[in-house]
Amino acid sequence: MSAAEDVVTEGNEAVEAVPKRAMTLGLGTSLVVLLLLVAVPLFAKNFIIFQMTQLLYLGLAVLALNILTGGSGQFSLGQSAFYGIGAYVTAVMMEQFNIPYFLCLPVAGVLCFGVGFLFGQPALRLSGVYLALATFALATAMPQLLKLNFLEPWTGGVQGLVVTKPDAPFGLKMSQDMWLYYFTLVVVLAIYVFSVNLLRSRSGRAFMAIRDNEIAASAMGVNVALYKTLAFGVSAGITGVAGGLSAIAVQFVAPDSFTITLAIQLFLGMVVGGVGWLPGSIVGAAFIIFVPNIAEGVSKGLSGAVFGVILFIVIYLVPHGARQVAILGQQFAGRLRRN
Amino acid sequence: MELFTNQVLAGIATGAIYACMALAVVMIYQAIDHLNFAQGEMAMFSTFISWQLMQWGVPYWAAFVITLVLSFIGGIAIERILFKPLAKAPVLTNVAGFIALFSIINSSAGLIWDFTIKQYPTPFGSSPFLGSQLVSTHQAGMIGVTVLLLLGLYFFFQYTRIGLAMRAAASVPESARLVGINTSWMIALGWGMASAIGSIAGMLIAPVVFLEPNMMGGVLIYGFAAAVLGGLTSPFGAVVGGFLVGIFENLAGTYIPGVGNELKLPIALALIISVLVVKPAGLFGRHIVKRV
Repeated sequence: MSAAEDVVTEGNEAVEAVPKRAMTLGLGTSLVVLLLLVAVPLFAKNFIIFQMTQLLYLGLAVLALNILTGGSGQFSLGQSAFYGIGAYVTAVMMEQFNIPYFLCLPVAGVLCFGVGFLFGQPALRLSGVYLALATFALATAMPQLLKLNFLEPWTGGVQGLVVTKPDAPFGLKMSQDMWLYYFTLVVVLAIYVFSVNLLRSRSGRAFMAIRDNEIAASAMGVNVALYKTLAFGVSAGITGVAGGLSAIAVQFVAPDSFTITLAIQLFLGMVVGGVGWLPGSIVGAAFIIFVPNIAEGVSKGLSGAVFGVILFIVIYLVPHGARQVAILGQQFAGRLRRN
Repeated sequence: MELFTNQVLAGIATGAIYACMALAVVMIYQAIDHLNFAQGEMAMFSTFISWQLMQWGVPYWAAFVITLVLSFIGGIAIERILFKPLAKAPVLTNVAGFIALFSIINSSAGLIWDFTIKQYPTPFGSSPFLGSQLVSTHQAGMIGVTVLLLLGLYFFFQYTRIGLAMRAAASVPESARLVGINTSWMIALGWGMASAIGSIAGMLIAPVVFLEPNMMGGVLIYGFAAAVLGGLTSPFGAVVGGFLVGIFENLAGTYIPGVGNELKLPIALALIISVLVVKPAGLFGRHIVKRV
């Protein structure tokens, strides 16, 4: 194995090219999904509402990874770190400084954007597995950093922090869970619309140009360094907001909730939902929330194996995730219309 | 100074573990171009098989050889049954497949052999090596085996026809197919060899970290780090990377104040990343030029 240079030809890109129109849902479908998301909690028990809240904020975290990987073609195993920072910033501000929760989230988002943007700088020189390792390092370091002694007055060290759940404002007759669900829904929708527009904008086109061919993109005048770090920043910022929402919903933060396992779950969510297909994020989130429970139900001792088998079946049937199902559905609907 | 030398020696001893694992990682990366996240679990499963054989009264070296053969066959079977159908799927889907495999093997091993920690024998003994308190004969033996393995692989890839065919299939699959190499089977062979090397790593590591289904978690992370540091395209780099990571980790734990066992890993990884920022393809990796 010599030190000679290898030439790799096109056709084996890590992330496949998804045209930007294929990244979103049609208007009709979007409205139906929105209606369901608004209406279902009115008829559901508190625990189910809580699970739906969980679905929303995890979906948001998967969406953030999707922007980074599906949009700009960069890979990250460090999302759990940004998620953890967002959760901790929110929890510390709410509990130690008594700042209202809706003000904490933007702070968490902006702070994570900054951290992500800065982390994107050294990561610029790395790609593929090397980038995966760098982000992985961030993910393994985060729980240890949160346990550091001199941060303990704020973070509560290993014990973590308990967060109070906010009441519904304006004297609304609504349970805390339901209020939090609708609050989360509004935040998530706003960010979803923002993300869709971002990917359709000039910056989004730059992301995709870099994803499809970095050298060609830079030759066309795209500032590769800027847009790559920007993608990292945006992704980290959104993940931070998702983390903040999770802290409020779960009412508890502890260092060991933000390990590499979380980052791997988010990654699986992205693959199952379809890389580069934003609406798939919610399907991916559903997969990582419910499938482990189903596996546990099938067999207690072998739950990991059952989970693995289900995952295998899913990726055999639809290697492109939920996006593939959506495309098939669309083609089917189109054929029906023609007949 | 003596502290320094001792720590470096201890680092080399643990580094041998990482080197072994990194070698297996690089092997499969050569064959299939992906990092196999389930590699450690495959090695763990092989180690359990050898342990079971010894429980049934098979002597160490016989169990060693049987496990090697079984792992080789197992690796090929996994490729043929589980991953061949995914050959055309996107890379990230393949990675999800590795995670699924990880979960399946870990959970099955837990069910078959339960999660209690088991002693594992060593063929080299565990007395101090050449009077050094830090390196035992087992660790010296481990280093020896790693070096032998590396030499064997070198000769296999450089001087045998099948080694040449495997290299061709990995670097230019289409041209390899045109000259009559069955590239699909070369990939399977790569899986088999990686699995066999992994089983050797597992059997050598088990006396140190003890045998249990989660024994490979930490080792695999260091193994990956070592492989990436040395350059994923170079088996020699992987071994050097393994020793370097071991030394890094020990020195960071000794000399940087406030670094307990907990922060050793992040600091070692941070160091590796600093190296990668300067040399993005790893220390001994080939620089890959892309055609636009």
